[in-house]
Amino acid sequence: MFPIVNATLLAPGVKQFEIEAPRIARKQQPGQFVIIRIHDAGERIPLTIKSSDPKKGTITLVVQAIGKTTSLLNELGRGDAILDVAGPLGKPSEIEKYGRCVVIGGGVGTAIALPTAQALKDAGNHVTAILGARTKNLLILEKEVREASHEVFVMTDDGSYGGRGLVTDKLRELIGEADFVLAIGPVPMMRAVAEATRPRAIKTVVSLNSIMVDGTGMCGGCRVAIGNESKFACVDGPEFDAHQVDFGVLMQRNAMYRDAEQQLLAHFKEHRAEEVARVRGACAHV
Amino acid sequence: MSNTIPNKERMKLPRQHMPEIAADVRARNFEEVNLGFEANAAIIESLRCLACKTPTCTRSCPVGVDVKEFLARIIDKDYLGAAAVIRRDNALPAITGRVCPQEDQCEGDCLVAKRNESVAIGHLERFVADYERKTGQIGIPENAPSTAKKVAIVGSGPAGLSAAGDLVQQGHKVRVFEALHELGGVLVYGIPEFRLPKDIVRQEVDVLRKRGVEFETNVIVGKTVTVDELLGEEGYDAVFVATGAGLPQFLGVPGENLNGVYSANEFLTRVNLMRAYRFPDYDEPVYDCRGKDVVVVGGGNTAMDAVRTARRLGARNAYLVYRRGEEEMPARKEEVKHAKEEGIEFRMLTNPVELIGDERGWLTGVRCVRMELGEPGADGRRKPVPVAGSEFVIDASLVIVAVGTSANPLVQSTTPDLKTTKKNYIEADPETLRTSKKGVFAGGDIVTGGATVILAMGAGRKAAKGIGEYLSSGAWPLTVNG
Repeated sequence: MFPIVNATLLAPGVKQFEIEAPRIARKQQPGQFVIIRIHDAGERIPLTIKSSDPKKGTITLVVQAIGKTTSLLNELGRGDAILDVAGPLGKPSEIEKYGRCVVIGGGVGTAIALPTAQALKDAGNHVTAILGARTKNLLILEKEVREASHEVFVMTDDGSYGGRGLVTDKLRELIGEADFVLAIGPVPMMRAVAEATRPRAIKTVVSLNSIMVDGTGMCGGCRVAIGNESKFACVDGPEFDAHQVDFGVLMQRNAMYRDAEQQLLAHFKEHRAEEVARVRGACAHV
Repeated sequence: MSNTIPNKERMKLPRQHMPEIAADVRARNFEEVNLGFEANAAIIESLRCLACKTPTCTRSCPVGVDVKEFLARIIDKDYLGAAAVIRRDNALPAITGRVCPQEDQCEGDCLVAKRNESVAIGHLERFVADYERKTGQIGIPENAPSTAKKVAIVGSGPAGLSAAGDLVQQGHKVRVFEALHELGGVLVYGIPEFRLPKDIVRQEVDVLRKRGVEFETNVIVGKTVTVDELLGEEGYDAVFVATGAGLPQFLGVPGENLNGVYSANEFLTRVNLMRAYRFPDYDEPVYDCRGKDVVVVGGGNTAMDAVRTARRLGARNAYLVYRRGEEEMPARKEEVKHAKEEGIEFRMLTNPVELIGDERGWLTGVRCVRMELGEPGADGRRKPVPVAGSEFVIDASLVIVAVGTSANPLVQSTTPDLKTTKKNYIEADPETLRTSKKGVFAGGDIVTGGATVILAMGAGRKAAKGIGEYLSSGAWPLTVNG
């Protein structure tokens, strides 16, 4: 059982959780994720770790309510607990001295890009961050990203804050001087970034959010097409060379359980209170 | 000994029949197929034992269960005594009684089989363990006085659990680390409910807890903690690596990233560990098999488990596709028989060459080629070779690949002084299971590659013996060169 020691709403539907997980906190590196299971009938889902505090023994996750598990998670707060948290999984981000780095965070991907941005800055790189959101109140972690980078540009779809347009619009302005690009966010965004940097052969890395079960390489459900090979996002990734990724296969495979996911979410919306009680019940028995 | 029946007469007693759920009923549910012996049948079956002076059954058991002795206890109606006799050598009788390939081991060498059918040793082992569960009592051997030594076991599958039982019995403090949220390894993620109910695994884990074994879930050794940290700051005197067979192998044919293509590991993990057969009461989904055509590729127990699972999930046609013939299938005979009774269609000497999909990326069929058996290969088995021009398509919207696994690298990659084979399995001395790294032992599928539950348990026993010797002598003779 993993107690939630702090929970903060960052934006509508986006919540930050600080969770007691001392073993994981000691080991976590930027780019890694955990697999969580919320209660005894729960599914296992991967969530990338935003940060950790080894002294306090906590890790921090940022969760956007999309499916049933993430929506249920966002009903929880301080004093609640998550039944299972396993990690840190996946390979850490490869941090090198590249020179000028552009770190792009789309939506909740910003939370995942943040620790890598900090690590790139600490390694002596010049870090420019581009944050994208649909609208101003969905933008998260701007202040922390400013601390982790040298300059920050914000792009909103509706122009309510920062520049109006897509993150790739800003990227095209900066591309001339970029030595390295990291993009984490919705798949269409990552694909667009990959296409923008491909002609100039700028090293570009993306973090893939494929469907996982165990997260340790055992099931192969998270396989992605990288170049001419099949790779497992959980153990070979989750970060890959964006120019090698077949984003079409990723989107197709991520749609595999769409009907089931919608069925679960619809049921959840009608039984919110019971589901929260189930989480509390499961953890009370541990 | 209370068996007063002359040997000649014993040989004439018929093997007692294992009651099972009717095939047409069970092919639609996940209830356990075999129902178990009643006490009367167990006693009659035990009376068939010839009580040989040098029992071949014990000799051919990978963990050396004292079969003659536990059968004698059954005849005396001392069922808990029988359980304690088994547990001296076998930490998991309720499990091995269900999943061991007895026909190749104890029962295969039974002398009764020369004239009649062999004694049903597996069914009797199961009977004894089920008696414990029904009565809430357990028969366990005593632990030796505490040695104050600490042993970490990596993985709670059959090798890990078996070693844990022996090591607490030797008086050591034992903690088992499991990567998943539930204990049992392949026993809970791999073997389906209808063959090994999860309650049975929980029962055996609880017995180990009562014997003093500690467990910690959600710890991925190699990620959450390293072997060096276990031996260092966590203060363990020895580590047994029993992480099992890991990464699933695929076919290497076009179309493997289509939706509807699963590894057996994924399909079975979703259904067994995550209980997807009870979706939406449980959240984890699995492909909806109802009314669909399903192809399972492979000839081992995992393939049998997968195809019988798909059938139970409502598959209209469930095909088992195997490149060799039925005789060559490595699966247990009982599984093959049960599968056929449940309407699984066997397509032997058939090999997939391409997975075909629609424009949305969903599987629609499996292109196969017919095979024939050619010259024997390096392993002595006749090699299947394709028959030219024999390609055909099996319509299917789900294909499950059960053609084996390769080594999971998580422990090896974070333990640099652990010597591995070319295929990244851990090298261990075959007798003591010592690795190239002092204090570290390894056994089960992570050393041998995919094998059986009982062979892994045998490795667990050997490891416990090797660890016990090391903890008392401190000696580390080099048998695997680092």
